[in-house]
Amino acid sequence: MAGSTLEIKNLHVSIEGKEILKGVDLTVKGGEFHAIMGPNGTGKSTLASAIMGHPKYEVTEGSILLDGEDVLEMEVDERARAGLFLAMQYPSEISGVTTSDFLRSAINARREEGDEIPLMKFIKGLDSDLDFLEIDKSMATRYLNEGFSGGEKKRNEILQLMQLKPEIAILDEIDSGLDIDALKVVSKGINKMRSEDFGCLIITHYQRLLNYITPDFVHVMMQGRVVKSGGPELAQRLEAEGYDWIKEELGIEDETVEQNA
Amino acid sequence: MAKKAPEIEEYKYGFRDKDVSIFRTERGLTRRVVEEISKMKEEPQWMLDYRLKALEHFYERPMPQWGGDLSGLDFDEIVYYVKPSEKQGRTWDEVPAEIKQTFDKLGIPEAEQKYLAGVSAQYESEVVYHSLKEDLENLGIIFKDTDSALKEHEELFKEYFGTVIPYSDNKFSALNSAVWSGGSFIYVPKGVKTNTPLQAYFRINSENMGQFERTLIIVDEGASVHYVEGCTAPVYTTNSLHSAVVEIIVKKDGYCRYTTIQNWANNVYNLVTKRAVCDANATMEWIDGNIGSKLTMKYPAIILKGEGARGNTISIAIAGKGQVQDAGAKMHHLAPNTSSTIVSKSFSKQGGNVTYRGLVHFGRKADGARANIECDTLILDNESMSDTIPYNEILNDNISLEHEAKVSKVSEEQLFYLMSRGLTEEEATEMIVMGFIEPFTKELPMEYAVEMNRLIKFEMEGSIG
Repeated sequence: MAGSTLEIKNLHVSIEGKEILKGVDLTVKGGEFHAIMGPNGTGKSTLASAIMGHPKYEVTEGSILLDGEDVLEMEVDERARAGLFLAMQYPSEISGVTTSDFLRSAINARREEGDEIPLMKFIKGLDSDLDFLEIDKSMATRYLNEGFSGGEKKRNEILQLMQLKPEIAILDEIDSGLDIDALKVVSKGINKMRSEDFGCLIITHYQRLLNYITPDFVHVMMQGRVVKSGGPELAQRLEAEGYDWIKEELGIEDETVEQNA
Repeated sequence: MAKKAPEIEEYKYGFRDKDVSIFRTERGLTRRVVEEISKMKEEPQWMLDYRLKALEHFYERPMPQWGGDLSGLDFDEIVYYVKPSEKQGRTWDEVPAEIKQTFDKLGIPEAEQKYLAGVSAQYESEVVYHSLKEDLENLGIIFKDTDSALKEHEELFKEYFGTVIPYSDNKFSALNSAVWSGGSFIYVPKGVKTNTPLQAYFRINSENMGQFERTLIIVDEGASVHYVEGCTAPVYTTNSLHSAVVEIIVKKDGYCRYTTIQNWANNVYNLVTKRAVCDANATMEWIDGNIGSKLTMKYPAIILKGEGARGNTISIAIAGKGQVQDAGAKMHHLAPNTSSTIVSKSFSKQGGNVTYRGLVHFGRKADGARANIECDTLILDNESMSDTIPYNEILNDNISLEHEAKVSKVSEEQLFYLMSRGLTEEEATEMIVMGFIEPFTKELPMEYAVEMNRLIKFEMEGSIG
């Protein structure tokens, strides 16, 4: 088996003392695309942030392992260097730092000192990914996310994904706020990553994205847990019938984790 | 994110060479000291008279009671003049080995080879090395240390010296006028433009020795010049004083940019008066970087006295542990359609204190004048402080003034974002800080930008914990 394995076991996560995730189990392997779906407020984004180690999210129980290594023991940057990547729903703006300078630093952060990426190789790779994602070249010299439109930010996240080539990526609502053309381009970028060495966890509450990216597995989250898993056909049924049938099937009244957490 | 904070390292350029001086005045400031300085320099009588008048004024003038705390400054403990070597070195070979070694550590010869058109490197009070490339000489540009300029271009010197900043301007301009030594003198003749920056390096290297350099730049009609100075100073246990005066005259249609990076050791009082006067359609730009020192009080000023004159000041101030940066800018709009911009970027860390103090004045004749002020402050931790004190004086209705002030902290979200891409917390913070001061660094000549980045990196070490 090629690629890495991310194992999440019985994960409980709280924000400011309030429990949001109540025992999530999930395994993502190299070569696999997983989609996590579910209505708003069920803990999907919390899962994404907790895996990456956002300081606001406290893991109270359970484990996250990457190829057997304890992810919870790692700092955020160590998780990144171990092979994890999170495409964020709301990427921060970093004034005065150009996209290309930032990318080069991030690439070099994963390489040994003295083995930095040669400048020409970096520029070529960047140019080719910019073209592939139909991003104007000027983005490379613009300050990271500053003044970017919503769509530009999302494309930039995928640009970073392509440039950094992580083992396991988590995409947190990468489709939100995208028009159909942008959605196609973003999907094209994600699909290009598909290989035995790359695993992906796609968080979305619209099936729309899954018309362009076919997941191998689909999971439904409610009340801070994965309540149902299946193949791509599960996403299609959700699109056609909504979430009510799952709630009925499982006897769930309110799918959210208290109020809109 | 628990991480062990590295020990605060010694000041980077805090190496100290053996004292090679051949002459120094006694400690303290007396009439005799001033006479001795003037005599050593074989100055004309009028300069001695000027110095003595300034000295009287210095005695009479009370200490400023605003800005930073000057109570630790003891004028009797300072040596006012040190002459480091017998004569001024014209070529690099002639410079004494020990002094050269100090410069070597600062990377000066290398910088010269690559970028410099002329070097005027001030070591202690006297300029020891001063070369001017032929092309500048051929253009008629005079670029000398101020002492030589007084000897060789006395008439020109006398015409402008003290006209922008009289000794009576403030206590420290009086002090400088009494004991000044060294500094740069530049005259750019009518219509002469040079793209190569003229550069000088300064360094204090004697305990308790004040450095009182005096710089005078005259940019004649339609001429253009960029002057660059960078400073580093070694660590000493007792207080040092740096009190310079910089006077600049930019005539009609002229252009002058003055770039400074000062990286003083944290026991230096840095009290500097800088002022430029612009005639019609002339442009003056101060690019002013203040790092280190115990206390800096510095407010580069531009007097826009001719119609259509322009002034820009871009500054950064960085205050670390035990440091106070009280810095800013002044713009005096005295003529119609004058315009100015002030961009001030400051950050404080480890309990440092930065204050932006600025003045924008619109006189009665300033019809159609415009000013834009932008002050941004970044605070790196909870112990550090920042303050913004802008003064506006408006005596004319037909003007426009914009002021924007922003105080921010490095946000958890920004750190998380950058760290999620593999940068360590230190690298991420550094990147945010570098980005914050980028509007300043991008104005610097290449090798200064590199040095600046290096200094910031060094400054940032030990800031995260």
